[in-house]
Amino acid sequence: MAMAVALILIVVASVLFHFFSPWWATPLASNWRQMDDTLTITLIITGIFFVVINLFIVYILLRFRHREGRQAAYKPENHKLERWLIIATSVAIMGLLAPGLFVYAAYVTVPANARDVEVIGQQWQWRFRYPGPSGKLGRSSVALISAANPFGLDPADPAGQDNILINNNELHLQVDQPVRMLLRSLDVLHDFYAPPFRARMNMVPGMITSFWFTPNKIGRYEVLCAQLCGVGHAGMRGYVVVEDAASYQKWLKAQPTFAQSMAPPPAAIVDVAAGAAVAAAGDVLALQGKALSESKACVACHTVDGTPRVGPTWKGLYGKTETMENGATALVDEAYLKAFIRDPQARVVKGFAPMMPKIEMSDAELAALVAYIKSIGAAPAAAPKQQAQQ
Amino acid sequence: MAYTDDSAHHDHLPQGFFRKYVWSQDHKVIAIQYASVAILAGLVGVGLSNLMRLQLGFPGKFAFIDAPHYYQFMTMHGMIMVIYLLTALFLGGFGNYLIPLMVGARDMVFPYLNMLSFWVYLVSVIVLMASFFVPGGPTGAGWTLYPPQAILPGTPGYEWGIILMLVSLLIFIVAATMGGLNYVTTVLQARTEGMTLLRMPLTVWGIFVATILALLAFPALFVSGVMMLLDRTLGTSFFMPALVSMGQVSNYKGGSPLLFQHLFWFFGHPEVYIVALPAFGIVSDLISVHARKSIFGYRTMVWAILAIGVLSVVVWAHHMFVSGMNPYFGFFFATTTLIIAVPTAIKVYNWVLTLWNGDIHLSIPMLFALAFVSTFLIGGLTGLFLGNVSVDIPLSNTYFVVAHFHMVMGVSPLLVIFGAIYHWYPKITGRMLHDGLGKLHFWVTFLGTYAIFFPMHYLGILGMPRRYYAFEGYKFIPDSAQTMNAFITVIALFVATVQLTFIFNMVWSVFHGKRAGPNPWRAASLEWQTPETPPGHGNWGPHLPVVYRGAYTYSVPGAKEDFIAQNAPPVPGDAESRLPRDKEALA
Amino acid sequence: MNQAAILKSAGGGYGKPAADNPLERRYAAISVALWLFMAVASALFLLFIAAYIMRMDAADWSPLAMPWQLWLSSAILVFASVLLQLAVSAAGSHQIERARSLLLLAGACSITFLAAQLWGWQALQAIHVTASGNPAGSFFYLLTAMHALHVAGGLVGWGMAAAGSWRQEQRRLAWRIRLCARYWHFLLAVWLLLFAALGWLTPDFVRMVCGTR
Repeated sequence: MAMAVALILIVVASVLFHFFSPWWATPLASNWRQMDDTLTITLIITGIFFVVINLFIVYILLRFRHREGRQAAYKPENHKLERWLIIATSVAIMGLLAPGLFVYAAYVTVPANARDVEVIGQQWQWRFRYPGPSGKLGRSSVALISAANPFGLDPADPAGQDNILINNNELHLQVDQPVRMLLRSLDVLHDFYAPPFRARMNMVPGMITSFWFTPNKIGRYEVLCAQLCGVGHAGMRGYVVVEDAASYQKWLKAQPTFAQSMAPPPAAIVDVAAGAAVAAAGDVLALQGKALSESKACVACHTVDGTPRVGPTWKGLYGKTETMENGATALVDEAYLKAFIRDPQARVVKGFAPMMPKIEMSDAELAALVAYIKSIGAAPAAAPKQQAQQ
Repeated sequence: MAYTDDSAHHDHLPQGFFRKYVWSQDHKVIAIQYASVAILAGLVGVGLSNLMRLQLGFPGKFAFIDAPHYYQFMTMHGMIMVIYLLTALFLGGFGNYLIPLMVGARDMVFPYLNMLSFWVYLVSVIVLMASFFVPGGPTGAGWTLYPPQAILPGTPGYEWGIILMLVSLLIFIVAATMGGLNYVTTVLQARTEGMTLLRMPLTVWGIFVATILALLAFPALFVSGVMMLLDRTLGTSFFMPALVSMGQVSNYKGGSPLLFQHLFWFFGHPEVYIVALPAFGIVSDLISVHARKSIFGYRTMVWAILAIGVLSVVVWAHHMFVSGMNPYFGFFFATTTLIIAVPTAIKVYNWVLTLWNGDIHLSIPMLFALAFVSTFLIGGLTGLFLGNVSVDIPLSNTYFVVAHFHMVMGVSPLLVIFGAIYHWYPKITGRMLHDGLGKLHFWVTFLGTYAIFFPMHYLGILGMPRRYYAFEGYKFIPDSAQTMNAFITVIALFVATVQLTFIFNMVWSVFHGKRAGPNPWRAASLEWQTPETPPGHGNWGPHLPVVYRGAYTYSVPGAKEDFIAQNAPPVPGDAESRLPRDKEALA
Repeated sequence: MNQAAILKSAGGGYGKPAADNPLERRYAAISVALWLFMAVASALFLLFIAAYIMRMDAADWSPLAMPWQLWLSSAILVFASVLLQLAVSAAGSHQIERARSLLLLAGACSITFLAAQLWGWQALQAIHVTASGNPAGSFFYLLTAMHALHVAGGLVGWGMAAAGSWRQEQRRLAWRIRLCARYWHFLLAVWLLLFAALGWLTPDFVRMVCGTR
């Protein structure tokens, strides 16, 4: 009776798998315990149906299998039984739906004390923006996006001046403080999802979507992009740091505001590592390149601190001899960089996936970008020589 | 393939090879043409899934499978399987073959249109496959083709692949409409004498309602496809908002990506029932024949098919709970989605109750039918998680969704397709499929697909996202998940390989299979009562059959045989006539 | 395959009128198929209009003034429907010659309709309304093109009826004209709906009807 055995095995294996597999929801780090509870209720009810119906079929197979002389009963209908089954099923369904709708009602009702945080998604990186003391986020528009203004904020809007800009992929939140995440996409659909928070929402260009939650566990959580957004979808990583009020405020105060980011001498906004080298060279072109690397999302895949990511790190790249997948080697100089950026699919660097997209830019922008990469390149001995070339 | 031994009939002037087998207007030939192309497309789809699994199981080990290729394989796999395999096979393959035979007609009412629909379908397949050979390759936008990304740089195939995909879909919709008009009109107009709607087998009901759904739902795909094509080629902004792409501000503005999603899913949800309803109908027939027992609650089963069909047009936005649409829609669509679970559950109960007190023959069709019930059970139950809006929020776009839709769309309807082919093969060819190979095929496919997709539910609950090329560097995903992925890949490759034994079986048995009589399963429904097997041109010989009863008259107490054919003239005073009036097979 | 052989002989038992005439059975089948196709096309156009309404909601919407040529083409389409309806009565009362002339004239009218639509397109092009500019423009071209395609498809059916009309077989001609007339009236209704939507449906009206915002 192989089929009966198989069904029993399936039931047993499935139940055992449920209890012994190492994969279950990440530990909850937000207020949405109700979602987990509703999942559990659903699991129990559906689990019961799963086990009972499968085992019932096993029983039927054993009892009513064909044997010599056996004849099936003739009973094409039983209205009473069917009515009972419809009612029982409807009750079970309502038992599942009702708690789910209650939880959802809470999900769509943002608490009055929720603080706003804006998440900006772009192929393939995250940025964040907080309102300043005024509590308002300034107007933004894709038409205003440029190398110097990667957030696309309107300088004419006073509400935007004190907005705090986080031009990297690490968001900080205060523990036990409800937040309303305002999601803004600059290009395609994305989704800001950190599984321990449970709550999430798609990001749709042309509109602002939102969801709310209260992080209630201190820690550092990984962010996924959870809506296919092109080849770099799997590389669009971010982090959320949940910390106590004091640490959070300290961190927040250290971040630049929009006003500061728009102010000239660039020395004020450049981050330490690249800034020191570049400021020393006094190279405005490289600074423009740095801004471009952010606005054109190169930093989504290329770090400047030495860690390889989706693409090779730019620290020490210039002047290095790079090895390709096919064993060939090449010296990373201006020509190499320009050729690679203009036609990324022509060669594959060993150890990396050939997923670099072709990013449109003018020759002037290309020159700036290359200058920037050069400025964080290899041996310092090379630097004065590059200086002379400029 | 099926007509190599069909030289016996001489209904009219002999036809040349091309007229008989290529430009044929005979529904049986057209059905086999549809099925052959669909199965070939399906083999390509399986191959693509294997390539995906190689990357998921052994990331980075296959240089050819880079991120752009992965997304292209993923997209083409999905679209081929849903549209070009399942929809075409159930409607164009099974629908074409079985409807005229089951309702007692000589052919479809519009044979010329029927023939055209196949050739247009073939053109749509060719256009789709051509996208592998154009610059930039096929589209990698995911089978759902969401804008804006589908037509922007950053997504593979945005140059030509997406254009060919959309054009192919538009052509397919034309073919599906032509075919659909045929199937519906035939059921309404060409039933033989005595064949009332409520005496039709559930296979016909399933395909009939699915076809009506297809006729009304495909326009939504057509609308969204045309508008996306214009956005891509003419620069219109139906779906394209103002955006910055790869550092460039685009010329688009004002369009709405959500508009596409509403249109797409208004088609997309009925689409899954277009695949599921024929499967439901067929499995009812398989179970009743092989358990020698009338389907339990025939009228309720018909009601359930109709209810599911009607409800399927008001549930679409359960695919959009986290899309950013108006949040209050979530209440409505969660409710309608859980309501549609009720008629679906009734069907599951009725299949089980048909088996109860039956005379269960564990033939290969029955094995596949039982496997369907078990896998559809778990697939349908996980739908309850996803339909309940707040439970869906953390599960959306994770492997839980992948597991769910593969169980209900991939595994269970596929098991029905296999069971149906084992069941009707003797009618189509006059021979039985090889039993030993069939058992091997069954066990590997059933247990293998279960092993592939069951664990994915848990990976999804963990939060593992779908449509990811690689998972390196995520601390919350343990190494054991990667090991699980490798294990799943190995099983998937094995299951895919064993499908070749099925293909071999189908071809080999045409020539060497055990010869079957006209009705080897001793079934009551009309298609088994043709004077010739395989059925000749015109199906019924000089006289159309007359039907006296429903399609499920099995095991009448006291009857000579354990089945009474639909067209067997009633004998006054026999066991059937002595049934109590309310228990009579529906007249 | 003989149509008659395929269609059921409606013997007793259904309460349907006995329709043993093969021609009547074929007509009934094609009639059912045409109703089905009209349902499919209705779904298509209603969905296009739904998309139009949803897109209208965006900030960049500015309605389009309908070129006067569309009034002309609408009148021509009405005239074509009228002609076809007259042809139906003519064929029904065995006035074959008259029916044929009306049928041919209706077809000529419909071709003129398409020409007038094209003229309307040219008028818009002349004032620089392109498909890719204003979304109202995009929808204008899209919806008129879709409707025109359906008219063109109908003209194929008309062509078959017209070609056969010289054979003087009254019943066949009568039902072909009847089917043409039905389809034409349907396309006229669709056109009037599209024309009204393109010309006069505004976001405010939509909001009033839907009670939103």
